[in-house]
Amino acid sequence: MATATANPAGKASAFEEMGAVPSFQVTLFVRRFDPESGEEAKWEDFDVQVHGTDRVLDALHKIKWEQDGSLTFRRSCAHGVCGSDAMRINGRNRLACKTLIKDLDITQPIYVEPIKGLTVEKDLIVDMNPFYEAYRDIKPFLIASDKPEKERLQSSVERARFEDTTKCILCAACTTSCPVFWTDGQYFGPAAIVNAHRFIFDSRDEGAELRLDILNDKEGVWRCRTTFNCTEACPRGIEVTRAIAEVKQAILRGRP
Amino acid sequence: MTTPKVHHYEYDVVIVGAGGAGMRAAIEAGPHAKTAVISKLFPTRSHTGAAQGGMAAALANVEEDNWEWHTFDTVKGGDYLVDQDAAEILAKESVQAVIDLENMGLPFNRTPDGKIDQRRFGGHTRDHGKAPVRRSCYSADRTGHMILQTLYQNCVKLGIEFYNEFYVLDLVMNTVDGVERPSAVVAYELATGEIHVFQGKSIVFATGGFGKIFKTTSNAHTLTGDGVGIIWRKGLPLEDMEFYQFHPTGLAGLGILLSEAARGEGGILRNSSGERFMERYAPTIKDLAPRDMVARAMANEVREGRGAGPNKDYVLLDLTHLPPAVIDEKLPDITEFARTYLGVEPYTEPVPVFPTAHYAMGGIPTNVKAEVLRDNTTVVPGLYAAGECACVSVHGANRLGTNSLLDINVFGKRAGIYAVEYAKTAKHVPVPENAVDEVLALIERVRNSKGTEKVATLRKELQETMDKNVQVYRTEDSINESLDKITELRERYNHIAIQDLGQRFNTDLLEAIELGFLLDLAEVTAYTSRERRESRGGHFREDFDTRNDEKFMVHSMAYKTGENPKAGEDIKLGWKPVTITNYPPMERKY
Repeated sequence: MATATANPAGKASAFEEMGAVPSFQVTLFVRRFDPESGEEAKWEDFDVQVHGTDRVLDALHKIKWEQDGSLTFRRSCAHGVCGSDAMRINGRNRLACKTLIKDLDITQPIYVEPIKGLTVEKDLIVDMNPFYEAYRDIKPFLIASDKPEKERLQSSVERARFEDTTKCILCAACTTSCPVFWTDGQYFGPAAIVNAHRFIFDSRDEGAELRLDILNDKEGVWRCRTTFNCTEACPRGIEVTRAIAEVKQAILRGRP
Repeated sequence: MTTPKVHHYEYDVVIVGAGGAGMRAAIEAGPHAKTAVISKLFPTRSHTGAAQGGMAAALANVEEDNWEWHTFDTVKGGDYLVDQDAAEILAKESVQAVIDLENMGLPFNRTPDGKIDQRRFGGHTRDHGKAPVRRSCYSADRTGHMILQTLYQNCVKLGIEFYNEFYVLDLVMNTVDGVERPSAVVAYELATGEIHVFQGKSIVFATGGFGKIFKTTSNAHTLTGDGVGIIWRKGLPLEDMEFYQFHPTGLAGLGILLSEAARGEGGILRNSSGERFMERYAPTIKDLAPRDMVARAMANEVREGRGAGPNKDYVLLDLTHLPPAVIDEKLPDITEFARTYLGVEPYTEPVPVFPTAHYAMGGIPTNVKAEVLRDNTTVVPGLYAAGECACVSVHGANRLGTNSLLDINVFGKRAGIYAVEYAKTAKHVPVPENAVDEVLALIERVRNSKGTEKVATLRKELQETMDKNVQVYRTEDSINESLDKITELRERYNHIAIQDLGQRFNTDLLEAIELGFLLDLAEVTAYTSRERRESRGGHFREDFDTRNDEKFMVHSMAYKTGENPKAGEDIKLGWKPVTITNYPPMERKY
């Protein structure tokens, strides 16, 4: 068992090739807005020296730490699990910490702007409260009347039914990529529906009817036009449009 | 300069921090007392969400196990510096803690008969070290994400009041009946720059760790130890600060965490020649030895020239013998990290890894009721701490994997219960007239500083000296080098300048304030590392390379004693006995 037959260390890994990528210069055009200046939002460009493994978040940090400390954005974990740094990068919603610069077209400037459909507070920071409110409105918690002494049983098949939608990190990349949400801020939006899905299809939950009723509202699932922007935008790879479709079907059936 | 607006609030229980420990406390406190949770981040951004592998509990769902074995493993894993009464509580209450989470809705992976599934993890063994045991309850490799989401979901259900993106910068104490007690915390609101004073009968610190004192770390940018730093500045002690855990498998060069679950599921560490080197260091449990031993073994392989890669500066985590279906089901996130950040395909290629600063075993000393101590035994009435910021001490000199998600649930819950119990009979401690003065002065000092030093430069230099001198291997000389550097950085910190002078969303200002906390905590970490002239758990001194129970079978207790520009000269060090119940110290072999 001990030392396996293969010698995987012998292979030149893709990582080594990446390490060999020399540092290079890119230009970032960042959408700036200072609420205290009284001025309109504007584009500002920065030249940054970056590495093969650098992400857009690293470039933003280089700007903030070396060139302009007033550049403002949210970030925390820096590896795609906390959901703080969703932004529009070259016109697509992404997490800045999960977007490697070398994977973008670096012969062109990189455009970075706040996610759309929520009020811009400063630079890349938007007011997330309407997004969080929609999430809270769908009752994002297990509703169960039993009081078990031990764990509730659930088969792997039952768990698999909603596994995909448990991955959501509430980054808002999906909701703010949705054309319906851009024009109608009252729409619950993909993220809220994803989180409703997570409970509607959980075998332990008894609140499906309640949530399906909430999402049958005129601002609910029927506003979805199946453009798939949300699925493309999700940094967690959740099949958002499919989850919405499953919720629509459940409403029509009257049960999960 | 205009003085910012100051707001006042009165609560029974004020919880600082909305990660696992803070929200677990809130779930206990909320239904019974007027409770506020104050957090520098929106709750689901907290770093509990980055935890991957699982939460230990001797459920015995898949094989024989019991809490006593878990207690023993925790004590031995912590190199006998664990307080054994606390470890017993941790292990005994683990089963209920897991059941609580399941009942709240957490989607654990399941066994074929529908129970919570369990897997192996480093240092967790059957019958006192005989073989690895399946004790970790998990949800793929995103257990922390699921815990954080589930706790937040239940806070929403209970209608817990949150103040998000509020940075707590000070704890206000006041003396009543001859005893110094907590009265309020003072927070800076990111959105407006306004000041908020939260008076509470009980105040709970659940502010997480401070991995950003190091350069290579699995920790979030926001983990700057503000809470621990506030306690330090109050003159209250910090315990066992020399014990910092370096997780063996950070993505090489980046420090992003790859769960120990990768090895729990069968992953193997190899050096440049493909050798499974852990067989030499821990013959019985090999790759599943505790983290301190694995991290040192890896660093040693590299030092002795057996590292992989063009610069021979990392080792390899080999998952290529695992079926892709197992990888997809059990380790989906971490394998995606390898693909995204290093361009490595774990199905077919080994992943470059190297130790990454991960977890503070030390912190704010508490008893098993999560009450903060002002010396070895005296409680600060009404003040609580839980989670990574606290030191109970259940982790001793080295924490076992999956014991931290357990810690936040067991001691977060306890903090909530005892904070409510105290608040039921206690009165509010009056807020002194000058309560906000220190915070206002701190903000104005940073805002008006007209120097030439950049915060980012100083932070980088601090992180570099800590990585170089106070990492897996330490010596008196290397530690002194870091202390000298910290002295220099502290002087330069007096001459910083920030560029953003606005009131709204001023992260430039906050990064400067956070650096102040980092400098303090790096100093304490380096100082206590120098004074513990032995090797134990995560603290390895090359100049004192064995454990010395005669002199150092004690917790360190560091106190700030005033202002002295020279790092280490403003610290008084005491020692506190370790509580031993059933397990006398033995040699630690695996």
